[in-house]
Amino acid sequence: MSALPISAAKISVRNLDFFYGDNQALKDIRLDIPERQITAFIGPSGCGKTTLLRVFNRMYSLYPGQRASGDVLLDNENILSTQMDLNRLRARVGMVFQAPTPFPMSIYDNIAFGVRRHEPLRRTQMDERVEQSLRQAALWDEVKDNLKGSGLGLSGGQQQRLCIARAVAVKPEVILLDEPTSALDPIATLKIEELVNELRDQFTIVIVTHNMQQAARVSDYTAFMYLGEMVEFGHTNQLFTNPGKKQTEDYITGRFG
Amino acid sequence: MSEDRAMEGGGTAAPAAPIPSQVMPRRAWGDLFFRGLTGFTALFLLLVLIAIGVALWREGWDAFRTFGFGFLWSTSWNPVTNQYGALIFIFGTLVSSLLAMLMAVPVSFGIAFFISELAPHWLRQPISSAIELLAGIPSIIFGMWGLLVFAPVFGNLEPWINDHLGKIPGIGRLFQGPPMGIGMLATGIVLGIMIIPFISAIMRDVFLSTPIVLKESAYALGGTTWEVMRHVILPFTRSAVVGGIFLGLGRALGETMAVTFVIGNTDILSASLLMPGNSIAAVLANEFTEATTHLYKSSLLALGFILFVVSFLVLVLAKLLLWRMEKRIGGGVL
Amino acid sequence: MISLYQRRRFWNIFNLSMATLATLFGLFWLVWILWTTLSYGFSALHPALFTENTPPPGVDSGGLKNAFVGSLILIGLAVFIGAPLGILAGTWLGEFAVQRRLGFVVRFFNDILLSAPSIVIGLFVYAIIVHPLGQFSAISGAIALALIMIPVVVRTTDEMLQLVPATLREAAIALGVPYWRLITQITWRAAGAGILTGVLLATARISGETAPLLFTALNNQFYSTSLDRPIANLPVVIFQFAMSPYQNWQAMGWAGALIATLAVLTLSVVSRLIIKGIIKRGA
Repeated sequence: MSALPISAAKISVRNLDFFYGDNQALKDIRLDIPERQITAFIGPSGCGKTTLLRVFNRMYSLYPGQRASGDVLLDNENILSTQMDLNRLRARVGMVFQAPTPFPMSIYDNIAFGVRRHEPLRRTQMDERVEQSLRQAALWDEVKDNLKGSGLGLSGGQQQRLCIARAVAVKPEVILLDEPTSALDPIATLKIEELVNELRDQFTIVIVTHNMQQAARVSDYTAFMYLGEMVEFGHTNQLFTNPGKKQTEDYITGRFG
Repeated sequence: MSEDRAMEGGGTAAPAAPIPSQVMPRRAWGDLFFRGLTGFTALFLLLVLIAIGVALWREGWDAFRTFGFGFLWSTSWNPVTNQYGALIFIFGTLVSSLLAMLMAVPVSFGIAFFISELAPHWLRQPISSAIELLAGIPSIIFGMWGLLVFAPVFGNLEPWINDHLGKIPGIGRLFQGPPMGIGMLATGIVLGIMIIPFISAIMRDVFLSTPIVLKESAYALGGTTWEVMRHVILPFTRSAVVGGIFLGLGRALGETMAVTFVIGNTDILSASLLMPGNSIAAVLANEFTEATTHLYKSSLLALGFILFVVSFLVLVLAKLLLWRMEKRIGGGVL
Repeated sequence: MISLYQRRRFWNIFNLSMATLATLFGLFWLVWILWTTLSYGFSALHPALFTENTPPPGVDSGGLKNAFVGSLILIGLAVFIGAPLGILAGTWLGEFAVQRRLGFVVRFFNDILLSAPSIVIGLFVYAIIVHPLGQFSAISGAIALALIMIPVVVRTTDEMLQLVPATLREAAIALGVPYWRLITQITWRAAGAGILTGVLLATARISGETAPLLFTALNNQFYSTSLDRPIANLPVVIFQFAMSPYQNWQAMGWAGALIATLAVLTLSVVSRLIIKGIIKRGA
């Protein structure tokens, strides 16, 4: 396990095991996710990268039978603790899903929904927040005349940017992206990648991707996982040009079963 | 037949079958006969529905002709003078159904919410089955229980209702009346219990059909279980939820046995919910075999026609709303 | 900030509690009704119920034999008429009209008929059969029940046939089997358990029906099996006895209610379980 000399770790994972019922999906994961950087998780499907991502906002807690043990520290606070207030945790750790999931309400309300959970804003403040988030998600110009329109009326790429705006609007510290472009066409994908790139200064971003090129393009750090284990973690450039482990090399060169 | 274009959108179930006309080797007469036979039976169904309307209209025609539109809003129902009007029964049908909905809709929503979002997995199936069991009990049992068991208990509560709810200015009048147990309010409660399983089953199915990622997205923003239900699941399933409510209303309007036992079968129009009344279905059940004159019988059948038209409209609306939902999720959960 | 979180948590807990209460509320009535039916019914059970006919007023003894027999005749006849018609119409929907516009229309109105008030069906049969013939009769009661059961059978047949995998049909077509033989010998057989279950479900539904019989089969205090005369039947007898002021009639009413409820619930629970199993297997 390569422990990088990272001074500011936003999330520290220590001895994390994860179970779906009796199946162990993550084995003794140790990892430091650096603050205000983009970290990518790659690996063949079923390697546990999405499972690991869903630990960071305790999404798995929705489902009885899924459990995690070990420590996951967000700013030195253990989020696996039973005392953790999940609503507040999720205000700090936002998430964008594989397929765009606009809520069945207007574009404006899609964004205001999350904000209203956490901050009692007045109308004008909310208007500002909605505009600011849509600008951050590079969607403002396309929807500013149609804020009352349904979020379902947007194109796939726009819907995904709406979901990013929705996550950003809550002002989280961390944003989790779960294969955010797998349902999009190449042009929409490119837009999302540019957007993620712009957000790196303000947020700690963790992205799961099945697409190695994407990881190489957008991330600062990359973690390669295989069969529930963290095989290698390091600077993206280094991992792709000079992998330390045979398995990593096999995977990134495409020689993998 | 091949010129029929396939309709877009979802059917009742995943259309696994190929379009038969494409795979039919040749139009052997055996095939034609079989297709004709089954097709004719299917059309027979449509025919029955139309025939119901026509037959009841014809049988009720004498009453409509004799009393004109006044039949709808006359309150006199007097076999001795041969004067008939439907208002008391229309009023009773509507009021009892409305009371039933007031009780059944929130409770059904609560049950569906509990089953789909709250109950631990192992509890879902048993509770669903128990509620479905309630739907299986014949309505006559509800009626019998309502009259012989529930009404005496309820009658003991009514003085309290008189003393408390009856004192509220404005709506107090609704709750003043003799403590007989039977009456409009008791009918509304029994009817409400009867339709709870129907409404809650539909709500449960559509809640469970909400895409999981949509719910997770709302949880990911820090929503509570209630907020996810209120702001995401309910808006997503709105048309089907309303459709389910209308389906329950359709049931309540035409329910006969449960109502006949507890409504009191008294031809009066009263603002008080504790007073007995009468409904279309109940008067039909009680008086049909006693109706000796032609006009009397025709008036009863005219009531049947009104019931048919009203419930038909309510059910069509319900079904259209449910279909809209089915199209959206593209599956046959309903 | 604190107050917002506290308010949200309060409403969440409040609404979750209300939902739990609503569920308990629903179960409360179920338990109450079932318990009443069981306790009153079992204490009124008596061998004479099955060997003696319904008594005239004022007589203490008596049973429900004629009502049981009458109900069996009515239900049997209704199934005999309704099941084949329902299966044929459902077959057309599930085999020939899966994506056709006319199929959607028929399916739509079948669903309306499925939920239509049963009392209206009874009046309809009165208008087209009883009134012209001038005579209440067992056969008209059976026809009314058949009309109530058909939509249920149509719907399940339609759904069950659509669950039959297309590959099965293609395999038979590839052997050069005519389409009608394919349906009668292969798809019907493949969907057989499901279709049969639909018939059971429909039988459960009509077994407790009372309202339509009031205008068609009426009732008969005596033992009768002739189809052109009024016939005794359990639901109408329960109706009559439960509304009566006589203790022994009410007791017999409860016994009848118990037997009717047990029969209906057993039928519907069993058929629901089978259908759930089939859907799980097919999907």
